[in-house]
Amino acid sequence: MSLLKVENLKAQVEGNDILKGINLEVKPGEIHAIMGPNGSGKSTLSKVIAGHPDYEVTDGNLEFNINGKMQDISELEAYERARDGIFLGFQYPIEVPGVTNIGFMRESFNALCEHQGAELMEEEEFRAFVKTKLPTLNMSEEFLDRAVNEGFSGGEKKKNEILQMLIMNPRLALLDETDSGLDIDALKTVADGVNSMKSKFNAFVLVTHYQRLLDYIQPDFVHVLYKGKIIKSGGKELALELEKKGYDWLIEESKQ
Amino acid sequence: MSFETKIKEEYKWGFETNIEREEFPKGLNEDIVRLISKKKKEPEWLLDYRLKAFKIWKEMEHPTWQYSTIPKIDFEDLYYYASPKSTKEAPKSLDDLDPELLATFEKLGIPLQEQKRISGVAVDAVFDSVSLGTTWKEDLEKVGVIFCSISEAVEKHPELVKKYLGSVVPPTDNFYAALNAAVFSDGSFVYIPKGVTCPMDLSTYFRINAKETGQFERTLIVADDDSYVNYLEGCTAPQRDENQLHAAIVEIVALDNAEVKYSTVQNWYAGDKEGKGGIFNFVTKRGICKGVNSKISWTQVEAGSAITWKYPSCILQGDNSEGAFYSVALTNHKMQADTGTKMIHIGKNTKSTIISKGISAEQSENVYRGLVKIMPSAKNARNYSQCDSMLIGDKCAANTFPYIDVKNPTATVEHEASTSKISADQLFYLQSRGVDPEKAISLIVNGFCKDVFKTLPLEFSVEAVKLIEMKLENSVG
Repeated sequence: MSLLKVENLKAQVEGNDILKGINLEVKPGEIHAIMGPNGSGKSTLSKVIAGHPDYEVTDGNLEFNINGKMQDISELEAYERARDGIFLGFQYPIEVPGVTNIGFMRESFNALCEHQGAELMEEEEFRAFVKTKLPTLNMSEEFLDRAVNEGFSGGEKKKNEILQMLIMNPRLALLDETDSGLDIDALKTVADGVNSMKSKFNAFVLVTHYQRLLDYIQPDFVHVLYKGKIIKSGGKELALELEKKGYDWLIEESKQ
Repeated sequence: MSFETKIKEEYKWGFETNIEREEFPKGLNEDIVRLISKKKKEPEWLLDYRLKAFKIWKEMEHPTWQYSTIPKIDFEDLYYYASPKSTKEAPKSLDDLDPELLATFEKLGIPLQEQKRISGVAVDAVFDSVSLGTTWKEDLEKVGVIFCSISEAVEKHPELVKKYLGSVVPPTDNFYAALNAAVFSDGSFVYIPKGVTCPMDLSTYFRINAKETGQFERTLIVADDDSYVNYLEGCTAPQRDENQLHAAIVEIVALDNAEVKYSTVQNWYAGDKEGKGGIFNFVTKRGICKGVNSKISWTQVEAGSAITWKYPSCILQGDNSEGAFYSVALTNHKMQADTGTKMIHIGKNTKSTIISKGISAEQSENVYRGLVKIMPSAKNARNYSQCDSMLIGDKCAANTFPYIDVKNPTATVEHEASTSKISADQLFYLQSRGVDPEKAISLIVNGFCKDVFKTLPLEFSVEAVKLIEMKLENSVG
């Protein structure tokens, strides 16, 4: 049974074709890494799966497992996809001045609870719950009462994304270049967060430039995206090969 | 989903009360001024005050410096006085009021019968040109607080009214101040005696009901030495296709060590989405910190009116006095708001704070215009100003015109400004966390306004948040 099924997916933004026929299947318990040179469509793929309104799906299928059944999600709004268990960790997390981090997370958490018919959490209970997640990410409680991402350093913003992920506990987490701009300690912390959530019920799609992150999070599959298509898929060793040889040989190979 | 602005046109306060009323003939001349004064059985000095103001007004030109586009107003085509007929003779108590009127205020969520009042707020209700009565009067009288309509104050406390009326906003101040001084009908009067902390919040609720009628209310608040009062003001009007004029004056006087907090939630009818109808809200609000260590703060949530044009200001005359202006101005559809403040520093060590948040949606125009003036006498004066604008969609506009005039080198003046846009990316971020688009907009906007909302009394702040949410409903298509 798959969790996510992408078939011949084509998408454009402002009239430009970015994804030109993507095929990808993700099963529960798997970790996939999407790599590729700049402008290949990696971030677009994660945004299209999460439902960014600026991206238009022009062809193909996008299905997600909801209540044990593969369902077409291409018409669902981003917030509906989130409520059904898809999470997108942003490459550039957005600041929301005046809204406290904890208030925002509770809004989000309760929206999910309501959708799933679970009981909503009161302020105090929720704070206690969030506090249990802080040590893994090496974050202090003070973060909860600051405005969402406002004045956060690059590393703090990325950790905050992972914190939100742990709170929402999605079945599919798409992490868009979560490793970019992180020092080695922050990178380890982020990886710890991901590894702490990993189970046989959920899956991760990591969009990344560098092999570095994959030293700490072991991917089951590595896909190379180039000009809107996956030109090569393989195991973890593919990432190591890319680290050594770059992308050119693959691009050459794909042209033949 | 495309990102565009579609704002609900519903205005739930837009109903009209069917009630017999008394009006004077349309148009404005000396006779009308005399008639208003006679109607209100005013003393000679007040009639003279009005007539003088009328003369001044006749000499004045309609101002043209504002950013808003104001259609020509025909001052001969307006009624200058309207009152519900049943209150021809002033009601002895609220129980004598026409039940229709009581029902109107109930519908607006302002129950006037005292037994129904939630404790803690005394209300003066002004319907068209007359005050309908004031609640909690007796409790206030026990501590010496005077809270009544300005007409009643003229009759019962003429010495106070004579001393302070026009002392902060003289008739010569501006076109609409002169007009108001000539024809003002009613409004509230507050006097807090020496050393008294007003035991409850005071509130005036303004309602325009009559057609083609200008509303010219006048509020005067005097806080004597060492006193404190928290004053709230709310306003609504029926939904009509014609524009209506509202030209009020609010004057505040704070003596030594006195503190006055004045909060407004303005929700006059704003016209429909094509810009038809709505209130022209041309108001002069000004306070003077006359005494040492006195404080005046203005908080306003401006969410209605076709055109708003107002600058609640503070004259900081007493040494160590403090003025503050906290504002949220929301415009949508074709609304125009040109609002801000003036802080005039005269005394030593005077301090002022300005926090202005403008939110524009659709094709609306939102202007902050402010003046910080440090006079040569104002040694060590300090000002902090922060003016932020938020744009929703790409058809609206926000402008900031801050004027800073410093005549004393010891002054510290800080000004910060920002413009932001609720972008598709920002909305997407919140949505990707399961928050629906309407809730997302309201979270972003409320976060943006937080510094202002937190200065409002709790009840008002809840109302303000709801009002802003409602006004922005369906802002994303």
